[in-house]
Amino acid sequence: MKFSLGPVLYFWPKAQMQQFYRDAADSTVDIVYLGETVCSKRRELKFDDYMALAQMLREASKQVCLSSMTLYEAPGELRELRKYVDNGEFLVEANDVGAISMLQQHNLPFVAGAAINCYNQHSLRHLVAMGLTRWVMPVELSQHWLDTLLSQGVISDIRDCFETEVFGFGHLPLAWSGRCFTARSENRSKDQCELCCINYPQGRQATSQDGTAVFVLNGIQTQSGSRYNLINQLPAMQGMVDIVRLSPQPQGTFDWLTKFKANINGTAPQPLAATDSNGYWLNLAGMATG
Amino acid sequence: MELLCPAGSMPALKAAIEHGADAVYIGLKDDTNARHFAGLNFDEARLKEAARFVHQHGKKLHVAINTFAHPDNYQRWQQAVDIAANAGADVLILADIAVLAYAAGRYPKIERHLSVQASATNAAAINFYRQFGISRVVLPRVLSMQQVRALAKSCDIDLEVFAFGSLCIMAEGRCYLSSYMTGQSPNTAGACSPAAFVQWQDNNGTLESRLNGILIDRFAPNETAGYPTLCKGRFNVGADTYHALEEPTSLNTLDLLPQLYAEGIKSLKIEGRQRSPAYVTQITQVWRAAIDAVMADPQRFSVQQQWQQVLAGLAEGSQTTLGAYHRKWK
Repeated sequence: MKFSLGPVLYFWPKAQMQQFYRDAADSTVDIVYLGETVCSKRRELKFDDYMALAQMLREASKQVCLSSMTLYEAPGELRELRKYVDNGEFLVEANDVGAISMLQQHNLPFVAGAAINCYNQHSLRHLVAMGLTRWVMPVELSQHWLDTLLSQGVISDIRDCFETEVFGFGHLPLAWSGRCFTARSENRSKDQCELCCINYPQGRQATSQDGTAVFVLNGIQTQSGSRYNLINQLPAMQGMVDIVRLSPQPQGTFDWLTKFKANINGTAPQPLAATDSNGYWLNLAGMATG
Repeated sequence: MELLCPAGSMPALKAAIEHGADAVYIGLKDDTNARHFAGLNFDEARLKEAARFVHQHGKKLHVAINTFAHPDNYQRWQQAVDIAANAGADVLILADIAVLAYAAGRYPKIERHLSVQASATNAAAINFYRQFGISRVVLPRVLSMQQVRALAKSCDIDLEVFAFGSLCIMAEGRCYLSSYMTGQSPNTAGACSPAAFVQWQDNNGTLESRLNGILIDRFAPNETAGYPTLCKGRFNVGADTYHALEEPTSLNTLDLLPQLYAEGIKSLKIEGRQRSPAYVTQITQVWRAAIDAVMADPQRFSVQQQWQQVLAGLAEGSQTTLGAYHRKWK
């Protein structure tokens, strides 16, 4: 079982990003995803900065993958996507089928991120034919769903053609909108957002009026209010899941990486915090804990 | 420019056709479509009856099979396509790439429209779905008018936009908020914030709405209580309690009609398969009159006060918005 660091979903200052990736290079993580996946207005790091980080991480023997955006709305954003597709060195994670379309035209392999709607073996088979080499399961699916899908005869002959990755730690990306909810929380319009999301390195929490953490507002993205944590499910993933993804948090990401690695076989389980959840994997409501 | 109206029942379908819809869209009585609600939709016999009625009036029938097929009973989605095709559907509204591929291979002569649930918001995504021979794309409600215009200019494919009804504020097909709270989402179960999870509680005059136990909103005695769609509740962010994502309001694009017409938008879709025949009647009448007026003389088109009054009366919370079409909404 390998471990990956997902793309940083929040808007962090450049220095913080560079420090995070220096720490990643020194860590035991196997795969690192890099790139802005939420909002094209976030430009602390530009494409060339990401490429420089990617090269540094490759030098540190990490497998590097460039993550592209989830919601493309404007022609200028597609031009930026084209740079990712044409990078010439690194595998690309597609989070919108528009990226798959471009990668397919260039006969390039790709990772289908969790926001690509692949819910069954037939869709997966089509994506493999288009060049998919790694499939990140949609976050709302369960162990049962994954197990059922992977055991279908339709994909038995291509089972070796792709890896399976599961989002295993962090606040789950659950929705993307035309509207910016962080700007809205500061009474600003999206056009006048002044990149205020940089002031919220782990997003802004939205709680119910009686105090339950419901969502995390992260620009145009809405995340789970709870932190998804599948550390105690790792033994059940054996033979099914090739890669477990940890989503970067401002603090403690690498400590959790160490804890996850220690519990691959179930020998170092961890108590979940009250703010953790694992419902989706257990076929419950996502915010539940089983 | 086509007027495409919703129908969740035979009386609603007849109301739409008799009051001026050019086409009607419906779904089967199961979770193969994104309005999988109790007591709604069509079984196989009713679907045939619907097709006959629509065709007798020279109109078109669209059948939505727009959830994502499950791994353990994929055949049901194939069967849904078979049933719709055999009943005489003119159009299949699809989202799952496997279902698109099946329909394209098995029934190449039946038009395939890309459902809003496929979440195609840009030219590259539309390009992706062309390999399944789609003839039309239903655009998600996240785009501004400027962005719709850019797509209309750059893509050589028919576009359909939502003109009126419940407003999804997230890119459709990529929103898992409902399953996060309830375990059921539009993608997997064909429902958002399902009614089975809704609870109402009166606390000394304050009405609380909950979804699977989570407090979505509290209403003072003088407030109108709306259905607890989870993205339209009031939550605390920082020191404020407000509609953190969106107010309970409906999309209404009547003011944009001349622009949509000028860009060659092929079809205006009215949301609301879950609505009553009376609702469908009123909404169809207003939009028929508006579309006829804009087609007769786009330059001199003006929105009639009476249309807006009818639409406001039909809107969620009696409020309407231009939504993302208007940049300031964002």
